Amino acid sequence: MATLEVKNVTFSYDNVTPVIKDIDLRLNDGELVCLLGVSGGGKSTLFHVIAGLNRPQQGQVLLNGEDITGHSGKVSYMLQKDMLLPYRTVLDNVALPMIIKGVKKKEAREKASKYFEQFGIEGTQKQYPAELSGGMRQRAALLRTYLFSGDVALLDEPFSALDTLTKSEMHRWYLDVMDEIKLSTIFITHDVDEAILLSDRIYLLGGKPGTITDEIVIAEPKPREKDFNLSEAFLRYKREIISKIGT
Amino acid sequence: MSAKLRSTISKIGFPLLALILLFAAWQMICSFTNVPKYMLPSPADVVKAFQKDWQLMFTHARVTLTETFIGLFFGIIIGFLMAVVMDRFSVVRKMIYPLVVVSQTIPTVAIAPLLVIWLGYQMLPKIVLIILVVFFPITISLLEGFSSVDTDTVNLMRSMGASRMQIFRYVKLPNSLGHFFSSLKISVSYAVVSAVVSEWIGGTEGLGCYMTRVRKSFSSDKMFAVIILISVISLVLIWLTGVLQRACMPWEKSKHQRYSHSN
Repeated sequence: MATLEVKNVTFSYDNVTPVIKDIDLRLNDGELVCLLGVSGGGKSTLFHVIAGLNRPQQGQVLLNGEDITGHSGKVSYMLQKDMLLPYRTVLDNVALPMIIKGVKKKEAREKASKYFEQFGIEGTQKQYPAELSGGMRQRAALLRTYLFSGDVALLDEPFSALDTLTKSEMHRWYLDVMDEIKLSTIFITHDVDEAILLSDRIYLLGGKPGTITDEIVIAEPKPREKDFNLSEAFLRYKREIISKIGT
Repeated sequence: MSAKLRSTISKIGFPLLALILLFAAWQMICSFTNVPKYMLPSPADVVKAFQKDWQLMFTHARVTLTETFIGLFFGIIIGFLMAVVMDRFSVVRKMIYPLVVVSQTIPTVAIAPLLVIWLGYQMLPKIVLIILVVFFPITISLLEGFSSVDTDTVNLMRSMGASRMQIFRYVKLPNSLGHFFSSLKISVSYAVVSAVVSEWIGGTEGLGCYMTRVRKSFSSDKMFAVIILISVISLVLIWLTGVLQRACMPWEKSKHQRYSHSN
């Protein structure tokens, strides 16, 4: 359980034109916050900075008040591609972050195994990723992300490669799992519906260089109603966001 | 008839049929024309030569195989180390890579006599020649495998706090295994041929020596027999490499059975 703060972060690849500028955001304990913006708007760049893969020219990233700017291995990270290693079994893939941290292989496997049922991938332990469907692979990738750091997860369009039906099934499943494990999450998407459906708050990222242009609180209780995405309230949020993005 | 059996038959049956036809034609030419035996021995002559001389051939084959394995062993190790160093330090790569490529343009037959002059008539020059031939495909393929890893995967590993060593071990190394085995199949047959070539030049044992002797005595039947033996040895080694590959890469097999687990 943790809080994450991004303070005044500016980053550029060439030290001249910033990709993102003066980014401020906050993630509270157990919260799911969405970064919504057009493709190429610097969302993934911001994630690289938060994950410690890139060091910003200016600003700080704080995890529970501790400065983790430029340090990797603190918050976990998941992309649209599941990036399960094809040559490791699902169990060994999921256990990998713990093994990297120095946990013994056997111990890591045992610990990882416990979560397979909760994540809906029971029975796939000894299979290779190529044998799984797209949805199953994303679940495994999410479990790996969770086991890497139970504190904060950064999800970069994790469901965007899935077909519509699998996607909505994954949303429902995801909300259920999140309700149980209470992982603090920042979620990137360019899908407005997905953002409203999953988040507690939404940050709008826009402009060049990318800045946070607005913040919208989705004040709906969780877990959300099954037909929330068809409700009046849902549409109100959607209208508000679309007018603010200006499309 | 099961589909698998049918595919096996079409895979093995057709080449086998072609081979049988070829041998039959060869036998006919020898039986019905009067080509002298020293120019073209018939398949039957070759079989007889093998029956007569097989013990001697196997003694020589043992020497050749020993050289091949020692050469392969060190060739793989050197090839691997070079690939690792060149992957890790781009300066080294820029310096050495062109030289390595140029070194491969020198024909083996040209280096072999020099190696004999420098290193004598024993096993050493043969092993060195095999190493020189083997390391190149290994280095190039491993280098290719190391550098073809997905950048996002490496980033993910970095975000998990993986060290360079861990990224190498968990991502780069397994990623390059497929490349490695393809090049090993080439290397294995190169190694056998190089062993034979180096035995031509100097030495008292090995299939290459045996070959030189039977050639000098115009025993073409034995010549053919030993050529076939060398081919068979190479084929068996290539097959063994394939077996080893399947044992080392169990995940390749699973690619054919996607979606055995449904959502």
